[in-house]
Amino acid sequence: MDLSRKDFIALKYMSADEILHVLDTAETMKYLLDKKNKKAPHLNGKSMILLFYEPSVRTRLSYEMAGQFLSASVVNMEVSTLPENGGNLKEMGPLIDQMGVDFIVIRHPMSGSAELLAKYSKASVINAGDGLNENPAQSLMDLLTIRSHKKDFKGLKVTIIGDVAHSRVSRSNIWGLLKLGASLTISGPPTLIPPGIEEYGVKVCKDAREAATGADVIMSLRLKSERQQANLMPSQNEYRNFFKIDEEMLKCANKDAIVMHPGPINRGIEISTKVIESERCLVDDQITNGVAVRMAQLYILSLGNAKRETEGKK
Amino acid sequence: MKTVIKDAKVRGADGKETLKNINIVDGVIESISDEITLSGPKIYDAGGKYALPGFIDLNCNICDPGYESRENIQTISQSAAKAGFTSITCSPLTSPVIDNKTMVMYIKDKAKDLSAVNIFPYGSMSKEGQGKEMAEIGEMYSAGIVGVSDGNVSICNANLMRNILIYSSMFDLPVITFCENPELAACGVMNYGTVSTVAGLIGKPREAEETYIARNLILAKHNKGRLHITHVSTQESVEIIRYAKKMGVNVTCDTCPHYFTLSENKVDGYNTFAKVNPPLRTVTDIAAIIEGLRDGTIDAISTGHSPTFVENKWSEFDKADFGISSMETAFALCYTTLVKTGVLTIWQLAEKLSKSPAKILKLNTRGEISPGMDADICIIDDKKEYRINAKSFESKAKFSPHDTDVVTGMVTATFVSGNLVYSLA
Repeated sequence: MDLSRKDFIALKYMSADEILHVLDTAETMKYLLDKKNKKAPHLNGKSMILLFYEPSVRTRLSYEMAGQFLSASVVNMEVSTLPENGGNLKEMGPLIDQMGVDFIVIRHPMSGSAELLAKYSKASVINAGDGLNENPAQSLMDLLTIRSHKKDFKGLKVTIIGDVAHSRVSRSNIWGLLKLGASLTISGPPTLIPPGIEEYGVKVCKDAREAATGADVIMSLRLKSERQQANLMPSQNEYRNFFKIDEEMLKCANKDAIVMHPGPINRGIEISTKVIESERCLVDDQITNGVAVRMAQLYILSLGNAKRETEGKK
Repeated sequence: MKTVIKDAKVRGADGKETLKNINIVDGVIESISDEITLSGPKIYDAGGKYALPGFIDLNCNICDPGYESRENIQTISQSAAKAGFTSITCSPLTSPVIDNKTMVMYIKDKAKDLSAVNIFPYGSMSKEGQGKEMAEIGEMYSAGIVGVSDGNVSICNANLMRNILIYSSMFDLPVITFCENPELAACGVMNYGTVSTVAGLIGKPREAEETYIARNLILAKHNKGRLHITHVSTQESVEIIRYAKKMGVNVTCDTCPHYFTLSENKVDGYNTFAKVNPPLRTVTDIAAIIEGLRDGTIDAISTGHSPTFVENKWSEFDKADFGISSMETAFALCYTTLVKTGVLTIWQLAEKLSKSPAKILKLNTRGEISPGMDADICIIDDKKEYRINAKSFESKAKFSPHDTDVVTGMVTATFVSGNLVYSLA
């Protein structure tokens, strides 16, 4: 398949075929990850910078490992959004270009920032989370995890429970899963449901158990304490009573339903410990798949870049 | 000084369009006739084009003093002249705020020296625009304000709002209110809805506007005072105002061209040029605004010109400034969207842009072309079709969400008190 995008910004901009192609490529990367010698030469001589305007441990580590395994030189950079500290993306793009960087992995607190940087930089930009918008890799690893257990997305019933409004992972998952033909239901405190989401074909349920009924996949999301401070909900305790994924709730779901979470989990609030420790909970798979998916992203972009280069020379 | 605008298309007493000569003596229209009645006048040949009463902008930021690098009295006056606006008002939220008679006099003096068009200042209704204490409205009235305004920061304290309405009735001043509940609007950057969901941007719910409009209308219903609501942008706002007018509330209102020409979809791709306040709404709202203009619920159209640096638009959407350079696109957008489509006649549009604002501000010698009125006139080529080119704006803010759009209707000349202040080269 020909995937010659310069950048990896959002699943909402990708076709179903493109998404599946990334998943296929990630499968081959998983094969590499299972080997004793994990070094592959795919990105030999290429450089990537991790430009993080938000603190992150797991995502950064995951991208760094992905780059290292593919032999790219990786530079880490944590910056503030203040203009004097590199916060101006219009200046930052050309600056990074001048230093000969091939890939920029950007995480930023504002929606649309990766898209903006891509406009101003010649390097391939990978969105590692922008504001409330998207986190494509995080979603792709969820899709990979689902596919390894469920085989087909068409007609798959996926239920997302929690703070969907403030979750970029859930946005990426929603756009991705809709394109792949899954049927989507979301549930959470009504104050944390994004407006008008039904218009895109997502079912919204007030009752989490009803949402979980017949589900093949149940995804929980991280609940931040800021929501309580913003008066969007009364307490974590109340949230737990209505939206915690526990064995009771799983009884409503399909027998072989799987449970996922982008992590880190608030144990006992978002998911019960018993469920976390059960075989149904695939949080560990998600993390391994995260590295594979990110390797796939880098590799696919590098192929596209090489193709563009040769076409440019012709 | 004598001037004649020759062969101008005007509306006769019978309501029919005819070609006439407008005879002007010392800045005042002396007669409108078939003949040139004056001896030895300067003659401007309108060539059969429309002569409309010069437009009056109820809502404009001139950024002077304090933010002159964004816009200043000279640039806004050139911009207004080019746009057919012969009178503009100015938002009091400058630095310092126009909240006392000295500041009012400063603006008036500076305008007299530097501006080609009339500038009528608004006074801030609260001290320093803080929304906490009432400003010296009477002092400012004596110095020449035409209304009191909150700029674009609503007065949250309902009691203060009520008192301002009652107090300002002593001077019969319009109380120009921008309606947005800051608690509801919070840190929103666009309209709250399906588009904000896809963009992952925080939305301002429409209730932010509507609750404050409803509050102000109820305050105006039970008290004296002339309420004016500016920047009406939602369907429900139009409906609430329509209902209030039926109830007999003393209220007038305006909207801006971007609220009936652009929807929230213009934000797609994080287009910061479409970041305005209140935010662009939905297609349904656009239809309701147009209907409100048609049935007279919405009295006037203001530009809502709010310049900023283009550099402040070249950023993440969250970080970008609100603001739009809407002076020089105003007439063409109105003409294209309202007149060409048959919603309004050109004369009804002239009422929205001239006569109604003149009435609201009590500029009794303006807003109409008839003998005895000030000769504030713009000449319109209603056939001219062209592409909007933001780079050619006279305003310092050379950007627009409408850039490169094809529109119809161009101002080809503008007269202020009989003086030609702009003419298409």
